[in-house]
Amino acid sequence: MSSTAKKANIVKKASTVKKAGTVKKEWPLWEVFVRGQHGLAHRHVGSLHAPDSKMAMNNARDVYTRRGEGLSIWVVPSHTITASAPSDKGPLFEPANSKVYRHPGFFNIPDEIGHM
Amino acid sequence: MYAQMVKSTGNQVKNLEEMEPDERAFQTRINADIKIEAKDWMPDGYRRTLIRQISQHAHSEIVGQLPESNWIKRAPTLERKAILLAKVQDEAGHGLYLYCAAETLGISRDEMTEQLLAGKAKYSSIFNYPTLSWADMGAIGWLVDGAAIMNQVPLQYCSFGPYARAMVRICKEESFHQRQGFDIMMKLVGGTKAQKDMAQDALNRWWWPALMMFGPPDASSVHSAQSFAWNIKQNSNDELRQKFVDQTVPQAQHLGLEIPDADLVWNEDKGSYDYGAVDWDEFFAVLSGNGPCNAERLQARQKAWDDGAWFREGLTANAQKRAKL
Ligand SMILES: [Fe+2]
Ligand SMILES: [Fe+2]
Repeated sequence: MSSTAKKANIVKKASTVKKAGTVKKEWPLWEVFVRGQHGLAHRHVGSLHAPDSKMAMNNARDVYTRRGEGLSIWVVPSHTITASAPSDKGPLFEPANSKVYRHPGFFNIPDEIGHM
Repeated sequence: MYAQMVKSTGNQVKNLEEMEPDERAFQTRINADIKIEAKDWMPDGYRRTLIRQISQHAHSEIVGQLPESNWIKRAPTLERKAILLAKVQDEAGHGLYLYCAAETLGISRDEMTEQLLAGKAKYSSIFNYPTLSWADMGAIGWLVDGAAIMNQVPLQYCSFGPYARAMVRICKEESFHQRQGFDIMMKLVGGTKAQKDMAQDALNRWWWPALMMFGPPDASSVHSAQSFAWNIKQNSNDELRQKFVDQTVPQAQHLGLEIPDADLVWNEDKGSYDYGAVDWDEFFAVLSGNGPCNAERLQARQKAWDDGAWFREGLTANAQKRAKL
């Protein structure tokens, strides 16, 4: 078969993918959180698709902990997460800007007092 | 690179004064190195260009498994086999991280899979060459992953948060890939004459395709200006290609192998190597589907998709049944 004929054949085959119904409604998205060796909190590492929580856990192990990155995994259905909207940035975070005294560096402690 | 020909908007880059307030605020954030996140406002062109770039990158990781998987069953030792398997598995992971990053921009995983299988999506030209000997596993790790690293390290600092974060994970894993490849080359050049010849033959076949990975020469890269302004491209194709040549030539010398380029010469004035002309006709032919293995690669992806159908369907049916209980 010539290479163009070959190519045409593939394109034809591929175009049947949808009709044949092999591309199904997608598996839900899961967010993956991993807690590392040092006792810190679980940290978001990425997401994946899986049909249920058990497969999500299996896939998370394979995709996100291939190098001993973690001692514990959480998988959470993405749709259950409530996220703040970018437009809420002002009302949510601006009030903190005027309260610089919450940072210890705001206060001058004399050197002779030492570490405080 | 892994996304060699990303069509951008084709429009002139606007300056801040010419922009509407939304776009000006967006560009100002990019200029200040603040990451853009998926839910933030972004110009349509930015979204579309990034979907193309990230999905091409993802497809390259996935198709990129195929040339190497050819040698998993034929690796010379059990240890080499385990290492190659782990390397190829990493590439599957890279594809998944990147598909996820593209999905945050509003394209679905299935749409991207369909585009790839329909032959509508691009992936790197490099993966359309055959892997003829075990030495190719060395050359690929050393040169192909080496070239990939060169392009991916700056992308860790690109403007789109999900893409940048995926690149951070990927870069952590790439060094293993390059080193395992170089290790294979070292072993071969330290072996018999036949083994050293194998290494040289692999270098001869992979050198020019590796240089093509960086994409067409700057003079004909029409879509770069906007991508630079958006900080989704940080170095020009020729700049990275030069860097790659300068880094790789001494490594080849260390191996006692010869770079297959009669015009390669150290240029004292510019402090780097001059190298011969790349065959851009070959590059465009391979990219547009007429390389030695394009048809075979797509067939392999199609077969994997078809052969996995019963398993995907089974998992879905099981999940639905349990959800009803
Ligand atoms: Fe990769
Ligand atoms: Fe790699």
